[in-house]
Amino acid sequence: MIEFRSVTKRFPDGTSAVSNLDLVIPAHQTTVLVGSSGCGKTTILRMINRMVDATSGTIEIDGDDVATLEPVRLRRRIGYVMQNTGLLPHRRVLENIVTVPRLNGMPKAEATELGLRLMDTVGLDRGLARRYPSQLSGGQQQRVGVARGLAVDPNILLMDEPFGAVDPIVRAELQTELMRLQVTLGKTVVFVTHDIDEAFLLGDQVVILQQHAVVAQRGTPGEILAHPASGFVSDFIGAERGKRALRIVETNGSRVVVDADGRPAGVLVDGKNGS
Amino acid sequence: MTLFAEAIAWIFSPERLLGGNPVSQRIGEHLRYTLIALAVSALIAVPVGYLIGHSGKGREVAVSLAGAARALPSLGLLTILTLVFGIGQAPVAATVVFVVLGVPSVLAGAYAGIEAVDRNVVDAARAMGMTEWQILVRVEAPLGLPLLIGGLRSAALQILATAVLAAYVGLGGLGIYIQRGIALRTYDEMLGGAILIVALALVVDAVFALLERLAVPAGVSGRTKRPSPFRRRALTPATAIEGAG
Ligand SMILES: Nc1ncnc2c1ncn2[C@@H]1O[C@H](COP(=O)(O)OP(=O)(O)OP(=O)(O)O)[C@@H](O)[C@H]1O
Ligand SMILES: [Mg+2]
Repeated sequence: MIEFRSVTKRFPDGTSAVSNLDLVIPAHQTTVLVGSSGCGKTTILRMINRMVDATSGTIEIDGDDVATLEPVRLRRRIGYVMQNTGLLPHRRVLENIVTVPRLNGMPKAEATELGLRLMDTVGLDRGLARRYPSQLSGGQQQRVGVARGLAVDPNILLMDEPFGAVDPIVRAELQTELMRLQVTLGKTVVFVTHDIDEAFLLGDQVVILQQHAVVAQRGTPGEILAHPASGFVSDFIGAERGKRALRIVETNGSRVVVDADGRPAGVLVDGKNGS
Repeated sequence: MTLFAEAIAWIFSPERLLGGNPVSQRIGEHLRYTLIALAVSALIAVPVGYLIGHSGKGREVAVSLAGAARALPSLGLLTILTLVFGIGQAPVAATVVFVVLGVPSVLAGAYAGIEAVDRNVVDAARAMGMTEWQILVRVEAPLGLPLLIGGLRSAALQILATAVLAAYVGLGGLGIYIQRGIALRTYDEMLGGAILIVALALVVDAVFALLERLAVPAGVSGRTKRPSPFRRRALTPATAIEGAG
């Protein structure tokens, strides 16, 4: 469990990125932080692994105040996947994946074995092991990023818009893959996005943030959709428009669900299967 | 044209090749001064340049000091230092002058190489849990190597050109031919010496050009498979192509 207590971050230039944040991120679940650009999502994420130090307040991981932990040690036990992958361009795929285990002194043969297994885990062909990042597609690079994040088998996985730079089809593929992985791995995932659909798809818990990382609402996707806490939230999730504002129309005895523009979105069937 | 012919004839005269004052010995001296001064420059400038590049601090100070060092007239400095150290210490004085000349270029190559590394890559390395030293040694230094070698290359050429001055304090080198040529009005010797210096500079430049190319890390050069023989700074066009694509 990760707990933020009255956390504030002001950057040296005076920018107030996070103001007085209280937030609990439960273990073994996916928590998605969602909000518009500049609202402080990345800052929250980077305070967990001390890439950014809080100005005031405390952040605890399983009861340990991160401020008391040594940054390098802390970072080595937290997986971090970022939007632009940040892969080392001069190292091969396999070397990139096992960078941290190697830093921790894992013998080369063992690391190779681990790296290949991780490639299987994230759905990368083993044949790509000896390529350089520049020789991979964007989607493949993201998979390498995820594999690298998992390499030390961390309890916590921080993901900062990891699928932001790939096309919608690959993005959907990667999302599905992540959900599949999470079912078996059960990591404490903190996932940042500004795409509300992605948030609802992946999040067990979704945290909607306003400027300065003020929590507008926190809950399961169902709770948020059913009971938006404020006008800001319903605007943000688009509850009154687009594909979320669905109506039922009767045509020739069958009931069709249509969106705000009257375009059919599906048919209504009986039964209670699905959630 | 006849003067050229005479100069060439002078270079290839048996006396030059085998005699008491052979070209090979002078080239050896000239290269030795250059390499020693280059090594000392690197010893000083690479750590300082890496520190500046990695920390992002002290750049202004370094730039202005380097500018001042470049502006010092080498012959004047050599004369003063030789007088101060005593003529017996002329090799030390000459080396100091050449090092002063070499340091700014090496320094610029070292910190520019580090600064050119994608900040996202460095950030990711830090976020994975690399120590600052590991970031420098495993990420920044290898990726910045081509630019560092570029700096060494221009330092080497500057030192090589200026090492002509060694002859003025009795240390030999290829400058001796020019000095004697001027004194004795033997123009074939003077021009012959100058041609030898130019030829040596071209060879040294070619060697560094090759090193610079070899230093581009595999994954980085992989982006630009197209051979481009006139590429001077391998890293710059590679990043430019990246940015454009
Ligand atoms: N190093 C820094 N120095 C000064 N201000 C910063 C720094 N990093 C971030 N900020 C500011 O803090 C605020 C929050 O930034 P942050 O990167 O956390 O936003 P974000 O929610 O991740 O945005 P995006 O969706 O665009 O990535 C912004 O106003 C940003 O300009
Ligand atoms: Mg961000």
